[in-house]
Amino acid sequence: MKHFEVIIGLEVHVELKTRSKLFCGCSTEFGADPNTHTCPVCLGMPGVLPVLNRQAVVYAAKAALALQCTIHSYSKFDRKQYFYPDLPKAYQISQYDQPLAEYGHVAIVNGGEVMKTVGVRRIHLEEDAGKLNHLGQRLGDAKGSLVDLNRAGVPLIEIVSEPDMRSADEARLYLTELRNILSYLDISDLRMEEGSMRCDANVSLRPAEYVGSLEELPRVEIKNVNSIRNVQRGIEYEVARQAELLEAGERIIKETRGFDDQSGRTYSQRSKEEANDYRYFPEPDLPPLVLTDAFVQEVAGSLPPSTMALREELREAGVQPKDIEVILSDQGALTFWRQATTLFDDARLVTNWMLSDLSRLLNAHGDTFATSPISPEGLVELLNLIKRGTLSGRMAKEVVDKMYETGKPAEAVVKNLGMSQITDGEAIKKVVEEVVALHMPVVEDYLSGKDKALGFLVGQVMKKTKGQAKPDVVNTTLKEVIRAVGEKT
Amino acid sequence: MAIHEFGVRELADRIRAKELSAGEAVAAIFDRIDKTEPIIQAFLHLDPEYARRRAKVIDQLSAEELQHLPLAGVPIAVKDNMTTISMPTTAGSKILKGFMSPYNATVVDRLEAAGAIIVGKTNLDEFAMGSSTEHSAYHITRNPWDTNRVPGGSSGGSAAAVAARMVPAALGSDTGGSIRQPASYCGVTGLKPTYGRVSRYGLIAFASSLDQIGPLTRNVEDARLLYEVIAGHDPLDATSLPQTVESGRPSLPDWRDVRIGVPKEYDGEGIAPRVQARYHEVLALLQEQGAQLVELSLPHTRYAIATYYLVAPAEASSNLSRFDGVRYGFRAESNELLPMYERTRAEGFGSEVTRRILLGTHALSAGYYDAYYLKAQKVRTLIRRDFELAFGQVDVILAPTTPDIAFQFGEKSQDPLQMYLSDVYTVTANLAGIPGISTPAGLIGGVPVGIQWLGAALQETRLLEIAQAFEHLWPAQPWPSVGGDL
Repeated sequence: MKHFEVIIGLEVHVELKTRSKLFCGCSTEFGADPNTHTCPVCLGMPGVLPVLNRQAVVYAAKAALALQCTIHSYSKFDRKQYFYPDLPKAYQISQYDQPLAEYGHVAIVNGGEVMKTVGVRRIHLEEDAGKLNHLGQRLGDAKGSLVDLNRAGVPLIEIVSEPDMRSADEARLYLTELRNILSYLDISDLRMEEGSMRCDANVSLRPAEYVGSLEELPRVEIKNVNSIRNVQRGIEYEVARQAELLEAGERIIKETRGFDDQSGRTYSQRSKEEANDYRYFPEPDLPPLVLTDAFVQEVAGSLPPSTMALREELREAGVQPKDIEVILSDQGALTFWRQATTLFDDARLVTNWMLSDLSRLLNAHGDTFATSPISPEGLVELLNLIKRGTLSGRMAKEVVDKMYETGKPAEAVVKNLGMSQITDGEAIKKVVEEVVALHMPVVEDYLSGKDKALGFLVGQVMKKTKGQAKPDVVNTTLKEVIRAVGEKT
Repeated sequence: MAIHEFGVRELADRIRAKELSAGEAVAAIFDRIDKTEPIIQAFLHLDPEYARRRAKVIDQLSAEELQHLPLAGVPIAVKDNMTTISMPTTAGSKILKGFMSPYNATVVDRLEAAGAIIVGKTNLDEFAMGSSTEHSAYHITRNPWDTNRVPGGSSGGSAAAVAARMVPAALGSDTGGSIRQPASYCGVTGLKPTYGRVSRYGLIAFASSLDQIGPLTRNVEDARLLYEVIAGHDPLDATSLPQTVESGRPSLPDWRDVRIGVPKEYDGEGIAPRVQARYHEVLALLQEQGAQLVELSLPHTRYAIATYYLVAPAEASSNLSRFDGVRYGFRAESNELLPMYERTRAEGFGSEVTRRILLGTHALSAGYYDAYYLKAQKVRTLIRRDFELAFGQVDVILAPTTPDIAFQFGEKSQDPLQMYLSDVYTVTANLAGIPGISTPAGLIGGVPVGIQWLGAALQETRLLEIAQAFEHLWPAQPWPSVGGDL
């Protein structure tokens, strides 16, 4: 791979979660019966006209500002024209040469450090197309296709990066950070598997001796990959494939390729040499989009703290870089963490419990921090029991499982299981005396100065109490009893 | 006077006063239509049943309630490129044969809310593309003054229906003259309002940046009545203007206070001498009345036809893409997608529509866009500026509506370029977005001719007042005898 530089640019489509569509009042809700969220406008009936959804503009502006873009005070809509059954008007209303925003950037973070900055070339608003459901296993042998226009007209923003990424890993980090940033804006569901976030990756290899422009480099577009992981896999495969071709002295064809999840390979879909002429022209049914400074200021004022600020907050609380990224990538986790750390001052213990035991349970049950049956208060109650010595760490792991299962608070679980740590001095003393009587030689070792012998005795006491005895009480009681034995002898 | 001879105001006044019932008006109108429609063929669809039902509703209202309905019980025809729930909407095209719209155009809702009764849908050139109504996929419409002549187009059905007194008023749409030209050919009044003044929601788009709905009536006052009902902001049309519409009684101007622009570009090459003579006659009369005639130049007029025939087909090629056989209308069956598209559109569209789709598609193609569409838009700005400058000096511009009177069937339909050139005096108002009204200026050899008044954007009220003053000045002419009815 030494001979080639990998050049990657990403186009990301994000569905905005406005209540209604971009140009009509229909619901944008996912998963409804086919064609139930439609009206004359999004069906492209004769005579209809689009009316711009202001909320979509606000959401797009939020994204633009959060991605450090310049929002243009004047932008316009254009028609992108092609025939396909999922496109009712036979044109998509999009923004062509004057997009909403340009010149942004995303800092990508690795190991707690900013690794590089990826340029955002442009962000524009457009409407989504409908969906075709093919009757059959594959398009090729489908008996027919059913058109569902529920999605037609749902607002999208397209975020086009500069070709600044140099590896599949950088592409993954860019997408991850992009999703982080957008998730805190609360403007999209960002579910790649449902298509509310979609990514096309442009991949090309630049030979060391190449001096032309990047635009002219033959480029392969991998379309519609359904997870960040698969974007990375697709790019990795594509880089290897192209390198092999180039090393064999062959040329790369400019084309669109799909990604096959099973094999991890990309496959040719259509050559771009016979590229579509979309006959873009300004949408005459919509006036230009004019955004005042006051509007932009208002949107800027409504932005949440940046992901960089959130990282700083977590770092200052003592959270490790790796854990920071995990918490940051899940808005529910951050909310949970913040609530828990307000109630409990050991942020590290909160983080550890969240990301180990609670995470394990959430994953196993298909839950998330946002839907966790154990609330931040519930976790803190458990942590308090540990802190007060009522529970040992090992016991707490059992308790948290039961809490998850039963939905009961920590105290109740502990009571039910009879698991409470034995702090009663008298009860412990009884066990200690038994252990001392059984292990007199060890006691004598201790009395003769072998301090380590005490550990064995403590272990025996814990064993007998099934770990429920409070360790420091065991320690002091043991010492008292042994001292008494020593005085007798 | 027979009921069908009444204009809008005359009918509405009588119905509001309960001197006449809406039911009687509807019955009289359909009586008239029964006699004249076989000759004229102005309609693509008539719905007497619906009209009678609507009339019953109007007749049940109290006199007090009727006072709030400016068009109480007035039968009105609507050009068949505006959507109606109650009747089919075909735009004169085979591709929409029998199409039932799930919604009403805003203008239709507004007419009905004002008490009007929609009696039917009028014939037009397919998708409003044409100047003679010969391009309707269904049938031709005859000019009531001379049934060997075209009624003009594309709102030929509306103009002919009004001239033949089948209805007191009709709606038309005007993209390059499609209200004013047939108004001129049929001897009626036709107003194209300022672009954005009347909602286009429910108007099947031909050229979105040029299309505008307006009334065709038997006099200026009626045009104003309809205009006040249909104009005004519509939240469903993002290009509709927010300004409120003036209403009330017109105050007719003293001609001595009126400065009339006389553009030299509308008075030379291409105009028929008989029309030119009539135009000069009108100018002389106005001057005699004390009006100040101001000769002026609209220098970019010479590019108007070329500009129009780039912008309009470009937008049309895009607007008509939705007629693809997938969701509604005509479909040519095929097992594969591409042949289905191709055959649906090849069989569904007529030759003139196909021609314009091809023209427009070419004008928007990669490598041609800058030279054609973009350039045309720049020229359009210059044309608009010509008018802005002119309206700094004058209140109104007076021009012929058409270079000649109505032509005979087949005379121009074989020569599209000749047909396009007949739009020369009307397309400028659409390109500039300004209002224009054509009013009758007598007959030439028994066939009517109109003159056109152009005003500055949003100056409809002033424009209508001037046109109405002219109407009072110019000797009234009798209505044509249709099938020897007079």
